[in-house]
Amino acid sequence: MKEKGLEIKNQLLEDIKSVNTLQDIVELKSKYIGKTGVVTGLMKNMKDYAPEERKEIGQIVNVIKTEVNDIISTKEKEINEAILNEKLNKEKIDITLPSKKIKRGSLHPMTRITEEFEDLFVSMGYTVFEGPELESDENCFQKLNLPKGHPARDAQDTFYLKDEVENFLLRSQTSTAQVRAMEANVDKGPIRIVCPGKVYRRDEDATHSHQFMQIEGLVIDKNISMADLKGTLEVMMKKVLGEKTQVRFRPSYFPFTEPSVEVDVTCFKCGGKGCALCKQTGWIEVLGAGMVHPDVLTMSGYDPKVYQGFAFGTGLDRMAMFKYNIPDIRTIYGNDIRFIEQFDRKDED
Amino acid sequence: MLLSRKFVSDYIDLDENLTITDIAESMTNVGNEYDDASNLIKCTNLVTGEVLECVDHPDSDHLHCCKVNVGSEVLDIVCGAPNVRKGLKVIVALPGAKLPGGEIKSGMIRGQASNGMLCSIAELGLDNKFLKPEDKEGIHELPTDTEVGIDAIKALGYDDEVIDFELTSNRGDLLSILGMAYELGAIYDKKVKDIDLKYNSNNDDVNKVFTVDVKTDDCTLFLAKKALNVTIKESPDFIKERLIASGIRPINNVVDISNYVMLETGQPLHYYDADRLGDTLIVRNANEDEHLTTLDGIERVLSTDDIVISDKEKSVGLAGVMGGLSTEVEDDTKNIIIESAIFDSIKIRKTSKKILRSEASNRFEKGLDPKRTYMAMERSCALLEKYADAEIVGGIVEYNNSDVKDANIDITIDKIESVLGIEISKEEVISIFKKLAFEVKDNGDSLNVTVPSRRRDIKIQEDLIEEVGRIYGIDSIEGRLPLLETIRGSYDKTKRQIKHKLAEMGLNETMSYTLIPNSEVHKFTKDEFTDVTLNDPMSEDRNTLRYSLLYSLNEIYKYNKARNNPNISIFEMGKGFFKNNEGIYTEELKLGVLMSGEYELDIQRESVDFYHIKGIMEELLYFLGYEGRYSLLINDYIPDELHPGISAAINVNGTNVGVIGKLHPNVSKDNVYVMEINLTKLLSLRTGSMKYKDISKFPGVYKDVAFIVDNKTTSLEIETAIKKSGGKLLTNIQIFDLYPNVEEGKKSMAYKLYFQDPSRTLSDEEVMEVFNKIISDVESKLNAKVRNS
Repeated sequence: MKEKGLEIKNQLLEDIKSVNTLQDIVELKSKYIGKTGVVTGLMKNMKDYAPEERKEIGQIVNVIKTEVNDIISTKEKEINEAILNEKLNKEKIDITLPSKKIKRGSLHPMTRITEEFEDLFVSMGYTVFEGPELESDENCFQKLNLPKGHPARDAQDTFYLKDEVENFLLRSQTSTAQVRAMEANVDKGPIRIVCPGKVYRRDEDATHSHQFMQIEGLVIDKNISMADLKGTLEVMMKKVLGEKTQVRFRPSYFPFTEPSVEVDVTCFKCGGKGCALCKQTGWIEVLGAGMVHPDVLTMSGYDPKVYQGFAFGTGLDRMAMFKYNIPDIRTIYGNDIRFIEQFDRKDED
Repeated sequence: MLLSRKFVSDYIDLDENLTITDIAESMTNVGNEYDDASNLIKCTNLVTGEVLECVDHPDSDHLHCCKVNVGSEVLDIVCGAPNVRKGLKVIVALPGAKLPGGEIKSGMIRGQASNGMLCSIAELGLDNKFLKPEDKEGIHELPTDTEVGIDAIKALGYDDEVIDFELTSNRGDLLSILGMAYELGAIYDKKVKDIDLKYNSNNDDVNKVFTVDVKTDDCTLFLAKKALNVTIKESPDFIKERLIASGIRPINNVVDISNYVMLETGQPLHYYDADRLGDTLIVRNANEDEHLTTLDGIERVLSTDDIVISDKEKSVGLAGVMGGLSTEVEDDTKNIIIESAIFDSIKIRKTSKKILRSEASNRFEKGLDPKRTYMAMERSCALLEKYADAEIVGGIVEYNNSDVKDANIDITIDKIESVLGIEISKEEVISIFKKLAFEVKDNGDSLNVTVPSRRRDIKIQEDLIEEVGRIYGIDSIEGRLPLLETIRGSYDKTKRQIKHKLAEMGLNETMSYTLIPNSEVHKFTKDEFTDVTLNDPMSEDRNTLRYSLLYSLNEIYKYNKARNNPNISIFEMGKGFFKNNEGIYTEELKLGVLMSGEYELDIQRESVDFYHIKGIMEELLYFLGYEGRYSLLINDYIPDELHPGISAAINVNGTNVGVIGKLHPNVSKDNVYVMEINLTKLLSLRTGSMKYKDISKFPGVYKDVAFIVDNKTTSLEIETAIKKSGGKLLTNIQIFDLYPNVEEGKKSMAYKLYFQDPSRTLSDEEVMEVFNKIISDVESKLNAKVRNS
């Protein structure tokens, strides 16, 4: 029987040399292990042997069967792999062709800078407060200690509305939000707000646009000081312009704050060494601030003996220009798609 | 305000080692910013010289070859000035000298050596307004007794340094040399010197020959005196030099003195030719359309807002702004009336804004100190006596209705510390007030501070605190974060999320101007409203506040297309403005979208069509929770600027909140699609909430069907009919194929329908029953036929 098995195996090894396709495998299986296959035949012939021989013969036949199966399935696997490889080869693509691009949108730099300020202040418990762009002279000036005819009004050439000359205007400063926030607070309790928004002035050149954006901050509580103002502005300027930024106070004048300061930051371009941008001073003026004038508190129903507060206001356009290195403010409102679409990524943290 | 170092040094001793920049910086640190701090004459290497020889240049018809003694040596210099001659004392620019016109170098001029240049005043860079004709025509002729070889700028008296300040509007006191001296005194802890006010009066009383009648509340103080027999001549050098350094052109001694005293005291003065004036001055408001010819020869038309000085018949001066021509001091003037007065700052501001901004009006506008009004009068008399040989008539014509007094303010150290956020001793505070020349009384718990009336800006405690802060050094305050209750901050999240959502969908955000031309404001909308226009627009293109954003977006499209960028998918969020029926100014938040050109960026680069922008709209409304609550309607809300066949009103919960469609060919020849949503309206409407729904465990069944319908039948009509017949089991409908014109006037629309029950597996029979019902209903309702594939 062993001889018979060896004969079958040798025959199989001979046959398998010409096997190349899955169809050949089917035929091979049929010849050896199919219903009429030679190995199956051996099994069928078992009954011809004596019962005492059957066990030994059976074992031999099983070994033959396993060997035949292994040889065939190894070949089958080889063929399958070859087929798959051929298929994969055919499917190879040019990975250098352009992708199916997802169209990139973008957020306007003014939106980005506004959100950056908002997020910072919201994290410190401030509420973003938005007032109207169409304002009354009373809210925009008078209640900020700028009565009609006040010389400081000259600094803001304001657009007044037809039919309502001297009464209604396009707000020339977000400081008007101070009045709005104080009047809206019926309890006359503490306030912590920032107000970003569009403002308008009759002015237009490379550094001025008749429409631009400011953000106003106002904190009113019982123990607010210039030191708190400075600390807050330090946090703000470091966040927007970088951790190395230094903040400097210079005394100044705004009718709605007393004391008033102008605030400089170390030049973000030269780091304070002096360059053309900062006119060799190392400093750039970025905002005006101060302690809310007691008359302003009083006019909006707050008792200046109980409450004091600080307020600050800065141009968001300049901040965006600093941050994104935009040289001309008119670019910001030019809406050239080649400008706008550059703002299409996450900002650095 | 130009501050001359020489001038202010008349009243305060400044350390000679301080550079002009040091002084300017120290002023900036106390709140007085400057534009420029430099020498009055920005030239180097100029010396005085004497022309020893002067012969004609051999190769020129106008040049001269000179030998010039400059003290240390004799230089050969070629000079073209017509007035150069032997013996003349001249200004010599040595080789290496820097002049506004360039650097002087040794060289040959037409074959003759020239080692320097002889200068005119014009070449030194003095402002044109100070130049006399001779200063431009030839070289400057120094006095014959000028020493040779010394600094020529010094010899000219122009060795001054000037700071150009940009002062804040509350510091009118700094529009005077004295005010500047007090400020510098506070910085450098120096005392201000007394001003010389001494003069002799004759025994007459001016009140006998001259009267003043103030007929308006707009004048609170009016002083007049008379000076006789003045000699009109050139001013002494020190006056001319100080005026020039201060930016004022010298004219003659009398006029110069009035300007000089104004610069010193901050009080503008006016001198009248007494002989051309009557014996009375009236201060009154101008009559409507009153005419007055001012000093500059221009006839001004006045209104009742202006204040005039007049004699009995007619006005002779525009108060606070400019004198009148008829009583001008001229070369033959003998006797003068001196006016020193205070006029209402707001009225002067109005008049000067309308007519002319002058040195005088600038000072009136900021408010004046009555003490200085008197001081200026005295100083004026003193200088007229000294430098114009005037005889001063005794007495003074005086009208005083001024209530300006020294401020008296109590303040505590606690208050100062609490506002500034610093620790400071009482001694230091007292010393600061003393440096400022304020009077301080120590009352133990508090300080009582008397602030001289020159500092009209100081009225309340906080003003004093600012003074302490300024002199203490406001930048020395150490920053800290306020110790406040921890509370929740907040912002308008929806607004922000809309912007981010649109950017994620590939749209670029724009930001355009609110102001648009009035001719465009009623376009892109069918709303009836009163537009809001400006009284004083910068141009007609920007005279009205926009109502719709679509005008701006279309302008952006046109701008970019003209620059070869026709692929535009943009959005903007901004306010629309109008005046409502009750006359209240109203603003609403709007969202505009514009799409044109390529949006899908695959190789085919398909161009945007209506269904792209509709997709943006649906995505946004879905995102905001309006799924199933909106519809596109064809109604009279659609503006004329949209293509009538490719447009719709966006209707949410029964309210028209926006429009969508293609721009009308009359508006744009390109395929431009726009959408505008009134966010104020939309976001006030109810939304659905986002809640988890169980996922069905039981499989559903897909069935496809295609209908042949009339071309005019809409997809919505078919879908609605399908839905109605499909009932609960039909959970999804999707159009997957569309063939136009399969037959004459007919199109084919193919739908994939999905049937599912959340609680059980559906049988084929059940599904077929519903499916067949759908087919028969659609066929009968919409005159449709199932298409057999």
